[in-house]
Amino acid sequence: MTFSTTEIALEVNDLEVSFVDSDGSLEVLDKISFSIERNAFVCIVGPSGGGKSTLLRAVAGLIQPTGGNVLFPGMAEDKAQTGLVFQKPNLLPWRTLRDNISLPLEIDQRPEAEISVLTQEMIRLVGLEGFEKAYPHELSGGMAQRVAIARCLVQNPEILLLDEPFGQLDALTRERMGDELLRIWNERRKTVLMVTHSISEAIFLADRVLVLTCRPARLIMDLPIELPRPRADAMRYLPEFTEAARLLHAQLKDTTVPACQL
Amino acid sequence: MKETPSSTIKIDFWQRLSRNRMLLTLLSVLLFLLIWQVLVSALNLPGFILPSPAEVGRKFLDVLRTGLLWRHFSATLGEILLGLLFGVSAATLLGYALSKSPLAERLLSPFLVGSQSIPMAAIAPLLVIWFGPGLLSKVLICSLTVFFPVLVNTLVGLRDVPPELREVMESLRASPAQTLRYLEIPAALPVFLGGLRVGASLSVIGAIVGELVASDRGLGFLINVGRGQYDTALVFVAVICLVILAASLYGFVLLLENRVLSWQTWRKEV
Ligand SMILES: Nc1ncnc2c1ncn2[C@@H]1O[C@H](COP(=O)(O)OP(=O)(O)OP(=O)(O)O)[C@@H](O)[C@H]1O
Ligand SMILES: [Mg+2]
Repeated sequence: MTFSTTEIALEVNDLEVSFVDSDGSLEVLDKISFSIERNAFVCIVGPSGGGKSTLLRAVAGLIQPTGGNVLFPGMAEDKAQTGLVFQKPNLLPWRTLRDNISLPLEIDQRPEAEISVLTQEMIRLVGLEGFEKAYPHELSGGMAQRVAIARCLVQNPEILLLDEPFGQLDALTRERMGDELLRIWNERRKTVLMVTHSISEAIFLADRVLVLTCRPARLIMDLPIELPRPRADAMRYLPEFTEAARLLHAQLKDTTVPACQL
Repeated sequence: MKETPSSTIKIDFWQRLSRNRMLLTLLSVLLFLLIWQVLVSALNLPGFILPSPAEVGRKFLDVLRTGLLWRHFSATLGEILLGLLFGVSAATLLGYALSKSPLAERLLSPFLVGSQSIPMAAIAPLLVIWFGPGLLSKVLICSLTVFFPVLVNTLVGLRDVPPELREVMESLRASPAQTLRYLEIPAALPVFLGGLRVGASLSVIGAIVGELVASDRGLGFLINVGRGQYDTALVFVAVICLVILAASLYGFVLLLENRVLSWQTWRKEV
């Protein structure tokens, strides 16, 4: 993996985002800068309402930043670089589970046979066989979220942007999906930027954990996680793990001061 | 408690009857006709005031046999279908364009709201003056009547497409055409079809108003003829045909809605 460690996949420079509405402007992101190496797994933690989703949206190009920029060095402009999993599943209610997952491929105008194979593969991956014909309203929150993850993965994007993708899952499914994500990440050589509220999940999955402050969000911590790969459950009890958790917890507690009220 | 056989049979009969919608409808129509017939005979009304159902029925068969009815019925139907075709296409296209341009929508909306409150009967004579008493003026009147409800519903339907789903399409790098196909059309369809349902009913009124103003064919023309000749039975025949026409159009759109929206068992927040 030595060849890949220095190559940068994503570069965020002095990113600023404010929302303007009738009663003034709301500054959400304040000069955020970081870069992510190719094939790295980076997690973001931060207080609720701080601007994490906004950061992912800006990286995905859904929001025009007020200042700064987002770069994808060494990537073809026209290629699908980022795939975003939203905080809410955002499935199309008139499409079945299968057709929701195949949507990106249809938009990409892939041949029918390929769509069919890739979609089936994804359905298996997220463990939803047998529900192909179910409509979104017939799915549980966790199932819908897994469909959303599958819809993102099926495009095979270079960079995965995940916004609390396991938020609605129970603890065990959450861990299983985390393992699954690590497997996909390792197999397909992805770069991952993932928002999570769980400190232990962040440490378990990531190479680095970024801590954002409350709105306007600034980057106040960039903690490397020195646990070996592949990660195993037993590592949750290593002193490195606990130490990282302690650091992150202290930092978050500092930032989630009363100022963070809306 | 023990029931006598005859009473159970009676209950059974009423239960079965109340479940059979077709039979019930038929019965109520028959009852209506009966009351009508009795009323006419009892009051001894002359035929040009209120013809009896039997008279109307005779008239109906009469004009049906001579081909008169079909000629006028098909003329009105043609006007309505052409009017629907142009009105709905124009409204849908303009609705889509306006939904893409909030500025244009704001500029045009006073006119749209204002023109919707003009009764069609008031401008129908104007259109007949401008475009002659032929097919064109009727199709135009029809188009105008369906235009507004369809336009408004197209706009509302497109505007209410959830923004987070638009974001999904954007993040999947869908082109505007793909967004239209995969998101906007299915999302706006229920509201759009609601507008079409209203528009289809209104289009019948539009065509008749146009024909009543000036025409040489159509059910409205037939009504004018009947009125002029004190042939009230003929007026009744024309009116009944209109009702049937309007109801079938309405039913057709309803059928379309059920067909297209069969996946619409959702409606829950997803
Ligand atoms: N489109 C928008 N228009 C105006 N304000 C917005 C918009 N999107 C987000 N905000 C505001 O930006 C702030 C940050 O929102 P964001 O969704 O990024 O927070 P978050 O860190 O993801 O929170 P959570 O952890 O609860 O998901 C909030 O105060 C929110 O009200
Ligand atoms: Mg969020």
